[in-house]
Amino acid sequence: MSEVINEFKVNTEELRKKLTEVGKNKRKVDGDKIARGRAQYVDDIRIPVDKLYHAKILHSPHAHAIIKKIDSSKALLLEGVLGVFSHENVPRVPYTTAGQNYPEPSPYDTFMFDSKVRYAGDRVCAVLAETPEIAAHAIELIKVDYEMLPAILDMREAVGNKTVIHDERDSTGIFDKDKNIAAHVKAHMGDPEKGFKEADHVFENEYSVQYVQAAPVEPHIAVTYYDENDRLIMYCSTQVPFHSRRIVARVLGIPVQKIRVIKPRTGGSFGVKQEILVEDLCAMLTHLTKKAVKLEYTRKEEFNSSRTRHPQIITVKSGFKKDGTIVALSMKLLANTGAYGSHSLTVQCNTGSKALCLYNTPNVNFEATIVYTNLPVAGALRGYGGPQGYFALDSHFEECAKKLKMDSIELRRKNQVKVGEELSLTKALGEGREGFMQILRTCGMQECVDKVVKDLDYYNKKKEYDESNKKSHIKHGIGIALAMHGSGIPGVDMGAASIKINDDGSFNLLCGATDLGTGSDTILSQIAAEVLQTETSKIIIYSSDTDMTPFDVGAYASSTTFISGVAIAKAAAQCREQILKTAAHLLGEKLEDLYCENSAVHSKKSKKSLSYQDIALHTLYKEDQYQIIGTGSHITYDCPPPFSAQGCEVEVDTETGVIKLIKYSAAVDCGLAVNPVMAEGQIEGGVHMGLGYALCEEMKFDAKGVMTNASFLDYKLLSTLDMPEMKTHIVETFEPTGPFGAKSVSEIPVDCPAPAVANAVEHACGVRIYDLPITAEKLLNALTDKK
Amino acid sequence: MKLNLKINSETKVFDIDIRDTLIDVLRANGYTSVKHGCETGECGACTVIINGTAVNSCIYPAIKCEDAELITCEGLEKDGKLSILQEKFVEMGAIQCGYCTPGMLLSAHALLMRNPNPQLEDVKDALSGNYCRCTGYVKPVDAVMAAAKAMKGAK
Repeated sequence: MSEVINEFKVNTEELRKKLTEVGKNKRKVDGDKIARGRAQYVDDIRIPVDKLYHAKILHSPHAHAIIKKIDSSKALLLEGVLGVFSHENVPRVPYTTAGQNYPEPSPYDTFMFDSKVRYAGDRVCAVLAETPEIAAHAIELIKVDYEMLPAILDMREAVGNKTVIHDERDSTGIFDKDKNIAAHVKAHMGDPEKGFKEADHVFENEYSVQYVQAAPVEPHIAVTYYDENDRLIMYCSTQVPFHSRRIVARVLGIPVQKIRVIKPRTGGSFGVKQEILVEDLCAMLTHLTKKAVKLEYTRKEEFNSSRTRHPQIITVKSGFKKDGTIVALSMKLLANTGAYGSHSLTVQCNTGSKALCLYNTPNVNFEATIVYTNLPVAGALRGYGGPQGYFALDSHFEECAKKLKMDSIELRRKNQVKVGEELSLTKALGEGREGFMQILRTCGMQECVDKVVKDLDYYNKKKEYDESNKKSHIKHGIGIALAMHGSGIPGVDMGAASIKINDDGSFNLLCGATDLGTGSDTILSQIAAEVLQTETSKIIIYSSDTDMTPFDVGAYASSTTFISGVAIAKAAAQCREQILKTAAHLLGEKLEDLYCENSAVHSKKSKKSLSYQDIALHTLYKEDQYQIIGTGSHITYDCPPPFSAQGCEVEVDTETGVIKLIKYSAAVDCGLAVNPVMAEGQIEGGVHMGLGYALCEEMKFDAKGVMTNASFLDYKLLSTLDMPEMKTHIVETFEPTGPFGAKSVSEIPVDCPAPAVANAVEHACGVRIYDLPITAEKLLNALTDKK
Repeated sequence: MKLNLKINSETKVFDIDIRDTLIDVLRANGYTSVKHGCETGECGACTVIINGTAVNSCIYPAIKCEDAELITCEGLEKDGKLSILQEKFVEMGAIQCGYCTPGMLLSAHALLMRNPNPQLEDVKDALSGNYCRCTGYVKPVDAVMAAAKAMKGAK
């Protein structure tokens, strides 16, 4: 089952030293144009049509209501309005906005427009007009009669509620419509009941996590038009151009062949652009009117009507032997998917498969119930269930250690999964179905922990603060958290690429892989250059265009380096093979005497050389002309986990509850980092997002389910002034299943900050906060209760 | 109506509507480095420099720029070469998706114009109005510090 890549394997320091392009801080290939302000994002593209029209959506102000009537007569009289679109004149097709592999493991419970609204922010209708101002004015002129329905605003009240959110007949794939259960999953290993019986100590706690947003600085945007060949061209800020093409084709009722999706630069996405949120409607308006259309969310719409991280209530139960050996572990989740079930099953599966595999427990139980409510829709968000699970698990382990009177790092070390062992739940919990059992091959966790312990002077400071905290209301605390994640979705994610040589020995690399700001265009160019033994600057990469580039599932699940990277390496290897064969012919030498280095083929025997340019010119112009071109695609059943240890020092004022971040240390084993500086950037950005989750980010709602803080003024993101002093470490391991030893890096950093902060706060003031975010108000209340 | 101003050292006349915000006028005239992320002056992606001060152009009336001197990200390079600040951003990994980068560069540029010897806290303060969701600010702040140092050496 497992495919170990021999060709691109780096498994020793000696081989590591031979790398010239991979493992180096190569210049970001799109860095210069971004720094010069020339990078083209969707809104910067000039499309080749005379006129661009503007769409605007009317969103529901109510959490749950039936649309009795839409009176658009006044709007239609407004000069410059082309039309008003709603369930009355747009075809009804059930689908999911989740940009996942086909068939999507999310329910088809969404409609472009429906006669019912299911959350405040849901679509009611849309206007197409000549200018954004006219469209906005027209929206104000539309009168909608609603018949109000009771709303479910608390996930605890969803199951079996008299109110049924999805009472439509034509949605499919919902676990139990009548009970408001979007999805349900159960998995176990060993005999959990017996495990708990045999344990000397059993601990149980409940944790909860809030609604938060990805909040990319560029909101969702699409521009669509029909070109002169009568094909629908879609410029989208998306992570999943190929899924977007397939889903839009279905919703519009036109063949995939008719659609071309192009992803230009993307202004951040973090999972929220794995959703087909605006391009479906934008494309539909172009399809119905044959006009070029732009549809862009405002920040307010981004808050109200995009996607969120799933809120969860998590019960963790653990059983330990006297010596701290874990014998049973159980996690039960109630998760809120909001009004639609996008990613409902898979995010929660991931909570289990990521959080419950870190500790090697013979008896494990996992159960998740994902319910509908009349609140905003959850979906994919960096970490994909991991941050929720690890907040609960790492908080819980810290508490267990305290009760067992053990050092918490020692308790974790003692129980952590080791190289050669199976990751217990990976078979039971796949991508909404059975997965593939993973065996751990590389693990740099111990080194990660050592780095963090050293940065924070963990043991000395812990003791020191235990003493000094007795004397002042300004208290200090240190906390640590550990996590593992995955690299792609085994057996599901596929990437493909092609590479061809040009006259001057440069190469065009075409790949479906989607750079959403992470730097994958650079990393994939480095991989191609390493295999071809040329410079990264000789690779001209073009990615994510459904007409021009080979397929790729897109950028999610931390898959791009690990999956698409191998596809690129395979394509480059094919190309290299052809180069060598041509050189053998031209030099009249044997293939085995030749090797590639510095953009040329050299002979070990004759010491002769031929540059790639010489070879390209020969094959393109001189004799038996042909194109040197390689293709590659890659799928794997391996999913090697990256590991991270993170820790922080906080200062807590027990008179105000205010928490200040003093110092943060993050170490990640991501295998071999293809571009270490970029990998550090992933870690630092992930920590930033995780710290916001820990301390301040939260979507708030009024009693009617309307979001009350839908702006950056009221929804707090951490700024430069809020960030602590930060130390970042990459712990290198050589993963045999990854390209040149690489594993993933983009999601794991988000898993640790919340529990690290919770543990540090508890150390500082003796109060544990079980529900995120840990605000000053919440902490002060808890401190008061404790007194 | 006409708006006369100097932008990136060039004298320009733009046709504007009295209600136009500065970002709309700039983007309509090809200065697409000016990004919009919130329309309410909160995220900093639309930052430009007006008479030496970094300003959120999405809430700034264009009409107020009559005779003003503006700098956008397009104006930071010299003779086709990246400025030291831009170079440090690329070289040090301070750019990820890049959507907030032009605004950050301009906030930093404005800082370095008025204070060539910034302390770490000055840099953090200058960039505090520029939200970045990718980098965690570590590398952008380091890049500005490094640029300040390199610019001193270049003089």
